Amino acid sequence: MRDIDLSAIRARLAKQDGTGQTGPAFWRSLDEVAETPEFAAMLHREFPEGASEFTDPAGRRDFLRLMGASIALAGAAACTRQPTEHIVPYVKAPEDLVPGKPLFFATAMPFAGTAVPVLVESHMGRPTKIEPNPEHPFTHGGTDLFAQASVLELYDPDRSQTVMGKGEIRPWSELSLALTSAGAGQKGAGGGGLRILSGAVTSPTLAAQIQGLLTAMPQAKWIQYEAIGNDNARAGSKLAFGDYLEPVYRLDQADVILSLDADLLDAGAGKLRYARDFATRRQVVPGQTAMNRLYVAESSPSNTGSKSDHRLSLKAREIPALAGAIAAGLGVAGAAGQAPASATAFATEVVKDLQAHRGRALVVAGERQPAAVHALAHAMNAALGSVGTTVVYTQTPQANPGEGFAGLRDLVNEMNAGTVAVLVILGANPVFTAPSDLKFASAMGKVPLSVHLGLHRDETAAHSQWHVPETHYLETWSDARTGDGTVTVCQPLIEPMYECRSAHELVAALSGEIKTPLEIVQGFWKANWDGRSASAGAGGAFGKLTDTTGVDFATFEKFWRRVLHDGFVPGTAFAPKPVALAAGAVAAAPAAAAVSPASSGVVPNSSDTSVGGLEVTFHADPSVYDGRFANNGWLQELPKPFDKVCWDNVAYISPRTAEQLGVGERKPVVYGVEVYLANLTVNGHTLQVPLWIMPGQPDGSIALHLGYGRTHAGRIGNGLGYNANFFRYSSTPWVLQGASLTLLDQIYNVACTQGHFQMENRALIRVGTRTQFEHDPTFAQHMAHVPKPDESMYAPWKYEGHAWGMAIDLNSCNGCNACVVACVAENNIPVVGKLQVMKGREMHWLRIDRYWEGSPDAPSVHFQPVACQQCENAPCEVVCPVGATVHSDEGLNDMVYNRCVGTRYCSHNCPYKVRRFNFLLYADWDTPTLKMQRNPDVTVRSRGVMEKCTYCVQRINTARQQAKIEDRKIKDGEIVTACEAACPTQAIVFGDLNDKNSRVAKAHADPRSYGLLAELNTRPRTTYLAAVRNPNTALTPEPAGPATGGHH
Amino acid sequence: MADTLLYGLMAEFTSTDALVSAAERVHQEGYTRIDALTPIPVHGLAEAMGYDDRRIQKMILAGGLFGCAAGLGLQLHVNLIGWNINIGGVYLSGYPLNVGGRPLVSLPAFIIPTFELTILFAALTAVIGTLALCGFPEPYHPVFNVKRFRERGSTDGMFLCVEAEDPKFDAAKTRDFLKGLGARGVYDVEP
Amino acid sequence: MSSPNPSPPPTIPVLGPGHNYASITDKISDIVLQFRAPIRWFLGFVVGFTLLQGLLLAIYMLLFKGVGVWGINIPVGWGFDIINFVWWIGIGHAGTLISAILLLFRQQWRTSINRAAEAMTLFAVACALLFPIFHTGRPWLAAYWLLPYPNTMGVWPQFRSPLIWDVFAVSTYGTVSALFWFTGLIPDLATMRDRARTRVGQVIYGALALGWRGSARHWQIYETAYLILAGLSTPLVLSVHTVVSFDFAVSLLPGWHATIFPPYFVAGAIYSGFAMVLTLLIPMRSIYGLQDMITLRHLENMAKIMLVTGLIVFYGYMMEAFFAWYSANEFEKYMIYNRTTGPYWYMYWTLIFCNGFVPQLLWFKRIRLNVGILFLISIIVNIGMWLERYVIIVTSLHRDFLPSSWGMYQGSRYDWSFYLGTMGLFLTLFYLFIRVLPMIAMFEMRMLLPGGGNTPKDSH
Repeated sequence: MRDIDLSAIRARLAKQDGTGQTGPAFWRSLDEVAETPEFAAMLHREFPEGASEFTDPAGRRDFLRLMGASIALAGAAACTRQPTEHIVPYVKAPEDLVPGKPLFFATAMPFAGTAVPVLVESHMGRPTKIEPNPEHPFTHGGTDLFAQASVLELYDPDRSQTVMGKGEIRPWSELSLALTSAGAGQKGAGGGGLRILSGAVTSPTLAAQIQGLLTAMPQAKWIQYEAIGNDNARAGSKLAFGDYLEPVYRLDQADVILSLDADLLDAGAGKLRYARDFATRRQVVPGQTAMNRLYVAESSPSNTGSKSDHRLSLKAREIPALAGAIAAGLGVAGAAGQAPASATAFATEVVKDLQAHRGRALVVAGERQPAAVHALAHAMNAALGSVGTTVVYTQTPQANPGEGFAGLRDLVNEMNAGTVAVLVILGANPVFTAPSDLKFASAMGKVPLSVHLGLHRDETAAHSQWHVPETHYLETWSDARTGDGTVTVCQPLIEPMYECRSAHELVAALSGEIKTPLEIVQGFWKANWDGRSASAGAGGAFGKLTDTTGVDFATFEKFWRRVLHDGFVPGTAFAPKPVALAAGAVAAAPAAAAVSPASSGVVPNSSDTSVGGLEVTFHADPSVYDGRFANNGWLQELPKPFDKVCWDNVAYISPRTAEQLGVGERKPVVYGVEVYLANLTVNGHTLQVPLWIMPGQPDGSIALHLGYGRTHAGRIGNGLGYNANFFRYSSTPWVLQGASLTLLDQIYNVACTQGHFQMENRALIRVGTRTQFEHDPTFAQHMAHVPKPDESMYAPWKYEGHAWGMAIDLNSCNGCNACVVACVAENNIPVVGKLQVMKGREMHWLRIDRYWEGSPDAPSVHFQPVACQQCENAPCEVVCPVGATVHSDEGLNDMVYNRCVGTRYCSHNCPYKVRRFNFLLYADWDTPTLKMQRNPDVTVRSRGVMEKCTYCVQRINTARQQAKIEDRKIKDGEIVTACEAACPTQAIVFGDLNDKNSRVAKAHADPRSYGLLAELNTRPRTTYLAAVRNPNTALTPEPAGPATGGHH
Repeated sequence: MADTLLYGLMAEFTSTDALVSAAERVHQEGYTRIDALTPIPVHGLAEAMGYDDRRIQKMILAGGLFGCAAGLGLQLHVNLIGWNINIGGVYLSGYPLNVGGRPLVSLPAFIIPTFELTILFAALTAVIGTLALCGFPEPYHPVFNVKRFRERGSTDGMFLCVEAEDPKFDAAKTRDFLKGLGARGVYDVEP
Repeated sequence: MSSPNPSPPPTIPVLGPGHNYASITDKISDIVLQFRAPIRWFLGFVVGFTLLQGLLLAIYMLLFKGVGVWGINIPVGWGFDIINFVWWIGIGHAGTLISAILLLFRQQWRTSINRAAEAMTLFAVACALLFPIFHTGRPWLAAYWLLPYPNTMGVWPQFRSPLIWDVFAVSTYGTVSALFWFTGLIPDLATMRDRARTRVGQVIYGALALGWRGSARHWQIYETAYLILAGLSTPLVLSVHTVVSFDFAVSLLPGWHATIFPPYFVAGAIYSGFAMVLTLLIPMRSIYGLQDMITLRHLENMAKIMLVTGLIVFYGYMMEAFFAWYSANEFEKYMIYNRTTGPYWYMYWTLIFCNGFVPQLLWFKRIRLNVGILFLISIIVNIGMWLERYVIIVTSLHRDFLPSSWGMYQGSRYDWSFYLGTMGLFLTLFYLFIRVLPMIAMFEMRMLLPGGGNTPKDSH
């Protein structure tokens, strides 16, 4: 190989060490470090093929051909080929890096106006898995599915890799020059032509940077836009208290909760904490059953609704009236409103119940509801004396909050007026997410200099002159706030994989500074850590910071190390603000609440295959959110909580509306599920949507999910689903009236992992009411006859030592899917693609079963996570001809991949159908970046072998080795399975059943504990704790018979 | 003496009954090295010549018992800690496993392989034993030197063969004797 | 065991008039020894050989891409593969049954059909064996990891698994059938050796005949051994489909977990076996003009056996439904409800028509003696038996305990080409067999001649 100047390399590496980065500096080849021109050239040519020939016509044709081919080969996932890597051993081994032993680093994932505090597992410098940060004062652990999937985003082979200018690859230096000069140019004009567009920013550092810019250029503007933001909530707080405030709920204090179209357990800045607090208030023990009660009135099924004791499905436009009525009932001055006929009983009972629990009651309004309803909610809380107990108000985690849609509208007007000279877009994708009426793309054309910073070369990148690859949050320094304002300093786990820049660097470049993210972030904190400087500005000035025990930090170095280690800056949570209801806040409410236009109810059109007068509501997609995760295979293949559809978005309509349309029940066919296509028309515009009959969807209302219909997402996300933004107007971004549906004579095949939604009167999910529980705590165990061990012909095996087991509390689980993604990430579970899922070959080891109960119009929904139950009398083992699945002496149902020949008999004899088979070669053995993500402790399965949940046996063994080294027994809670760790509600508990004091042993002893299909004498090691609901007897008379699923 | 050039004499008869009675006579005469060759099994023919071979039954029984023992033994050996067997470098060790909580020795499940191996070994012994007892494969036999036998022997010819080795054998006398038994013809069998 | 009552003084003889040793021998051996085969033989052979190419293609795709080229999924992990396996094994039952059991029952009429039936058995078993090997995810390993042989870690096969029982049962059955068949062939091979017109033929047949010369002492040993082999094959032939039925009966799946399976599978096997014998021999006897050796008597007796076994199978269907109700187990109840009214209801009812109603025609002698209709019925029964396995396997698997995991199944194009391909293999082998070996046992036919030797009847 060509001789390289090693001394130069050492020098550079040494420099990197100097920057205080943790973990080894990650570099791909000596050439890269030495920055040889050859390597630079290679980088430029590496991706996409022939990109540098893009300008000359012939070259472009080749390029298009190649892209076509690569998209066609998406299934095969052949992709960027990297050059042979020259490897040299460590000259100086990095500190505390033991090969084979993962390191964990605390950081946070900034996400849509909040942040998820996480610990990142790093194997030899490769971040491989996201774990929760249990020490965090706000979340106390638990992650959501997006955080779990974010690690795949880092390694996404379709990530943008080079700076592009006018479609050509350009060096960063050229752009930074352009930015600096533009910045300088704008300075003169006071920044009149400078506009910065970003998503909701919680980073104090970035906010301070931009504020600095704005103070230097008073005319410049900074717009924060989130397609799924909480504008209405803010407007509501302004209406109520005259200022933008963030309500922070204390669900652990609330006895009665009323949710007005709010999915507070699975959406918004506080969801992790709220889900956890809510679950703690659902723990029932015989004798002492202080349960909270949840009333939900919502415009489409939500995870929160699934946990409610009383769920009322109303059109979004009817909820304000309901809110008004309840408020009036609670004696809120000025409140008025007539509850819809279907909701009168609900309203009166809720009023009674809320009043009965003054000070312990809580009313929450959702982002889909107009500001007036939020104002009402605040007023009701005030009237109930709940402010300070179940809800406190703080400043918003998002730095200088505004109202995104309004801000975006103004920006577009300015762009069209040609007054915008420089537009810098930081990590947002407005061309895709902006409401369609704004025509953002065409407006961008009128901007002389537009710069886009993003992970992908997305729709916005395609319309801007400059595109800069953004550093993934695992690649750079930054900071972010969680829902309560607590700041986490985000540290990089890996060198940027490509020529990436962070928002910090871009803004710095605008103000003519060239700094590394570390310099910027560290600099900010140096200035603020001890409260000396007030320059924090919008970042939020911090007082003098002390550590968790209240002791001052001696030096900045100590402070820095501590906050990096802990993953949060103690004492940065916002203090509650005293609030006073503004006069006239509520007086405005009824007027505003009367949104419902003349068109009320469904208007059957002339033809019977079409109905009009429908309401359209917009929702974040449960898997890809607003589309930012569209190219994430894990999330695309994730069955959504309610329809269990993946790789698509569908339009929900209620069974009654379906009847009026003449749509039959979904047909499960050999390839997925056949659904009908229909034309959705709103004032002249028409969009084709696949109809999904969703029990619990209000009649005459259609729920559309955002985030699909991407055109520049990448090889995975392109061309999936329909784009709901088509109907989104900046004036009415959430609810649209007067839509009409026309059934088309066309069938569309959807990939759905659960084609059948009834329990067929089998005692699978066992649910009882609080009274039933008090009457007989073991009600769940009487729903099926389970043979006792001595009824078996054979003596049961003895398990000395450990006996691993699991318990899943159905009372806590709200079906948020975090555990499923965690399982995928931990166990190298492959993505198989839509067609394979349609054929019934999805590979998820852990799935969440979902069953409806009751009438299709007002059903209640139940979730049940199902993985391998590790039966002691495992039926699968007996039928395996080669002994590829056998029991360990700790009672694990081991799967020996190397021995498996793939007869699939085990799967047939598994009553839980949790075994998954590699019908084809599903694992991606080629894509280099994806290889980096794999968990080295878990085999990557090849074609033709069976696989299934192993209780994360790799984690068990790690713990065992550690215990052996330290010569002690494994402690309870030392082994945490991936699903257990990810669960925000602590529904999953794993441990040693032989240790009578372990949490899992206690859970198995719980009277609610029952084994799924235990009547088959499989003796599962995983048991479920039956769900207990707490209905208001005034609304639902006690069921006469036994609890649901009951049969004898 | 010229007779030494002969393997023996072969007489052809027209019907099975004639052959059987002839065989009886030859046997009574005291000839010991005789054989009857027929295209179909003729019951009582071998007995008529004083042959009664019952070894095959015993062989098959032994084979079956061996198969049964081997089948059950194998499964017990595999499922118990078992003794370790070393056969010419091939090291056979047991591998007891907890399979679905079933006992190591699940006799009901072991019945079937045991049964199948019993049948298999019995059948193999039956065939191999037969061939062995008949001395097959036998590439050469003098009787095929008789043209007549080659033509009819496996179609409809009934032959009786007296070997020259027989102490009572005398070419001329025996030929006459056979003729006297109503043979359709008597042929020399070249060695 | 179901055998027709020992027939009264036969109205129709088992052998046409005017035959003697020579004529029988000529007639049968000439089929093989004549230089050119009838054109209809070529037609049949070409059809089989063409289908065989489909099998090769399917196997290539399977090894190249994986078992995913088939329509299987979770929960329906077995589809055409096991359906066809059971179907072929079933067909492979008639041969040994005819040769062994009917021999023990001293049914003369077996004589002229047992050779062909045994050959059919071997070829059917060969076709069946393809499926257990290729249905696995990693056939290259399955081929030997299923044999009782320890791997380097000392791990052995898992003898509690019905699939291992299958390996033992089917391989034993195949081996014993082959031995039985070859043993029966030896005297006829000697005949062929003596009558072969070419040197090559003489050498090959001679080598195979092992030097058989019809010695009385050999006949004595031979007949004893042959009879004992028949005795051994009798429990064997009954055990094979019993073991195959264990693949299902031993599992806990509703629709599989049933004690009635063994008898009902064995009956079904014989049922389909005789159907296939008819399907093959009816054309065969007309191609080669063997009407006086394979007489209406044979066809009628086989029809009677089909009627009896068909009734047993039908009883099995009724019992499945009855116990689903009687057990009061909601999983079982749903299973039968789903079979009769679920997505695959048409499969179930076609099956009932083919296996339940059509065979009732065989009550009538006129139909039993009508070759055309008999041929048609035999085809229908073959289809019905295939559907039976489809219903048992697919409708039980696709909706089991947890409704969340229910799915659907449909064979892919490679499923079909594999299936038709095995038919091609079967036909090819069978047509080659009748071209190179005597399809009727000559020496046993000779024994049927009055006076000619002793017929089995008056022995002992």
